[in-house]
Amino acid sequence: MNLTDFQIIYDERETIYQGIEATLSLVFISGVVSVFVGLVLTPLFFSKVSWLRKAVEWLCSAMRCSPFLLFVYVIYFGLPSYGINFDKYTSGLVALIVYHSAYMAIILRSAWVDIPADILEAGTAYGFRGAAMIRRIIGPLLLMRSIPMVGNQWIQIIKDSAYLGIISVVDITAAFNSIQSIYFNPFVCFIVAGLMYWLLCLLIEFIVNGVAHYARERIA
Amino acid sequence: MNAIANPKPATTDTVLRVQGISKSFGDNHVLKDISFDMQKGEVVSLLGPSGCGKSTLLRCINWLEEPDAGHIRLNSERMGYAGSGAKMNDTQLSQMRSRIGMVFQHFALWPHMTVLENVMASPVHVQKRDRKEVENEARAVLKRVGLEDKMDMLPSRLSGGQKQRVGIARALAMKPEILLFDEPTSALDPMLVGEVLEVMRDLAADGATMVIVTHEMKFARQVSSRIIFMDSGHIIENRSPEDFFDHPQTDKAKTFLHSVQYK
Ligand SMILES: Nc1ncnc2c1ncn2[C@@H]1O[C@H](COP(=O)(O)OP(=O)(O)O)[C@@H](O)[C@H]1O
Ligand SMILES: [Mg+2]
Repeated sequence: MNLTDFQIIYDERETIYQGIEATLSLVFISGVVSVFVGLVLTPLFFSKVSWLRKAVEWLCSAMRCSPFLLFVYVIYFGLPSYGINFDKYTSGLVALIVYHSAYMAIILRSAWVDIPADILEAGTAYGFRGAAMIRRIIGPLLLMRSIPMVGNQWIQIIKDSAYLGIISVVDITAAFNSIQSIYFNPFVCFIVAGLMYWLLCLLIEFIVNGVAHYARERIA
Repeated sequence: MNAIANPKPATTDTVLRVQGISKSFGDNHVLKDISFDMQKGEVVSLLGPSGCGKSTLLRCINWLEEPDAGHIRLNSERMGYAGSGAKMNDTQLSQMRSRIGMVFQHFALWPHMTVLENVMASPVHVQKRDRKEVENEARAVLKRVGLEDKMDMLPSRLSGGQKQRVGIARALAMKPEILLFDEPTSALDPMLVGEVLEVMRDLAADGATMVIVTHEMKFARQVSSRIIFMDSGHIIENRSPEDFFDHPQTDKAKTFLHSVQYK
């Protein structure tokens, strides 16, 4: 490891910026969207309609038990044979969103079960039901109670996004991989890439801690 | 048992009419043919040993539990069933429930809302009343329970007595036709019981129609127009407080009064 290694990385900054942009946008979009999709899926676990309940249980179970990489292959290589063609970035994004929405739904479901029953009962007694009950009472409590778990899942999203190089998405990992393959400096490249992921995780933890602090006195 | 069931026909002042309510959980027959009426402005204390079905009865009144048999009428409208005799849909049921105020033993405030938001939530989002108007009323109600300086606080910052006063304000803000209290002071430090009973006394004096499950015997005697005493899912006494406390007729009631050390 010497100064020229860092000089090389600096000279290749365009590629790296591209990688950072891809990783950040993938993580940010899928992180936010998967929470919202999870929020829509979670009530289905408690639906009175049994096939809906079954459907969401199967979906989440399937996602939880399939390796993310395999799921990416299904989206990118499998779907085109049914006439659904996403470009590689979109494929990666869709894969992250669908896969992690299932996890978010599972996380939110367990937070739902943990809400003290009398708080929900008070909602019913005071005439809340259905969408209003979820929007005004259950939803905010669910989100605030599951913050630490959602934060963990966001970090999982960051790590899973690094697989997307496999389908030629140029994210941080892929950007550094291409640089080291030209200049034969893998150690420095991967250390710097690793530091970037670490920074991103620290940022997420910072946000999560801030929100958790806000939530602490609002959850029961 | 039937001697004390609905002795008089319902009048226009009958706010609540409970007729032949039964409820089981599996093999456990919790309520057995419960009937009583309440007139406007009456305060009924519902007494009885733990497990005799008091909470279940309150929960049947606002349909949190659906009774297996019997009718509940709120100002002559049947709870749970629409005019046609068909079961109410969720919207009708929620409108009906919002006409009954319920105060819970463990407060059951919504922890993510401020005090003011807790009080405004149902009038605004369920009863769909004008927000500005509701806010003014909510402030007035909170003032009435002595919490005008706590409106913007979260429930987690309040003492138990303050929380329960918010619980009462939340009920009042809906302008309910009847108030149900399920052991409103049982979760409180002895020091804080008084401030809650004070508010309830004030409501009673003001003509509110209230059903109170309580273990505060002195309070029950002072504030009630009638005592209903339950045992094992039956109403076995339904009389004036003086009669009940000074001359309990059943052995069960005598034993109960003895056990709560009421002299
Ligand atoms: N949701 C329920 N499921 C099954 N059993 C219940 C339920 N709610 C109450 N019970 C039973 O009903 C009986 C009466 O309970 P409750 O109405 O809470 O009595 P109280 O309020 O007078 O102490 C108890 O035996 C209790 O275990
Ligand atoms: Mg009880």
